Amino acid sequence: MSKQALLQYVDGLTEMKEYPAFQAGDTITVAYRIVEGSKERLQKYQGVVLQRKGEGITATFTVRKMSGNVGVERIFPIASPFIDSIEVNKHGKVRRARIFYLRALKGKKARIKERRY
Amino acid sequence: MSGLIGKKLGMTSIFDEQGHNIPCTVIEAGPCYVTQIKTLENDGYEAIQLAFDDKKEKHTTNALKNHFEKAGVTPKRILREFTRFEPGSRKTYGEELRVDIFQEGEYVDVVGTSKGKGFQGVVKRHGFKGVNDQTHGQHNRMRAPGSIGASSYPSRVFKGMRMGGRMGNDRVKVINLEIMKIMLEKNVILVKGAVPGSKGSYVIIERWS
Repeated sequence: MSKQALLQYVDGLTEMKEYPAFQAGDTITVAYRIVEGSKERLQKYQGVVLQRKGEGITATFTVRKMSGNVGVERIFPIASPFIDSIEVNKHGKVRRARIFYLRALKGKKARIKERRY
Repeated sequence: MSGLIGKKLGMTSIFDEQGHNIPCTVIEAGPCYVTQIKTLENDGYEAIQLAFDDKKEKHTTNALKNHFEKAGVTPKRILREFTRFEPGSRKTYGEELRVDIFQEGEYVDVVGTSKGKGFQGVVKRHGFKGVNDQTHGQHNRMRAPGSIGASSYPSRVFKGMRMGGRMGNDRVKVINLEIMKIMLEKNVILVKGAVPGSKGSYVIIERWS
């Protein structure tokens, strides 16, 4: 077996859930399982996707939201078993794959137009 | 000591039962074959020689062809000696060693050749700080090493003074890497963390008991 094929085989051992397609600029809600002691609960984290990064099971995506006045960014590994579900709330219309310019914008300027089909 | 010769395939990550994301290096290890057994009487020390990775017979010298023939194996690309391999155990010529000599959860050392970095300055090569100011009279010596010694005494630069030069392409051993997973049928093991060298480079996996 070739090097690539073996790596893919190893990656294939990790189970990946199916999520709806989303890209940078979309507003999504990530339901994230949080274990507190023996209890487990779902935390919903809603925000704008800044980027998708990597490929295969090591891929990640960054979600930014405004918590009051402070911007909060979280990076999720797409293969993380803690992600319960991902819901796409809005498709955003952006021109680039990584919308870091959003960090510098506030209030009305930080809005993203909705993409319609 | 026991061990195998392997080939670094690349890195990936796995998730454990707690859901932790663990970075892992995928190594194709073995099957290795015993091609020579060195004994105290014959050679003055005890070791076994292992061979790994097939190569074509037409690319093998006659001397090596006979060496492999003696062990009864096809020509291999790489030969390495392991001193005092599992003392007490008896190995035979041509014996096949596979990843099942290891166990999941064990700790191993991995030896490889680090990636060559070319000619590098002292900041990257030796971790010097360079000059921390851009102003106060500095203009072209941000990454300079500074003084390399005194003047009339000793009137020379001491041997071993750390300076710029070729970096990387060295033999590097990383110790105590945990074995996360063993796939016997694919001859693949996953070790926790990074391993020196580029993808496709040869590594030696050692276990000291």
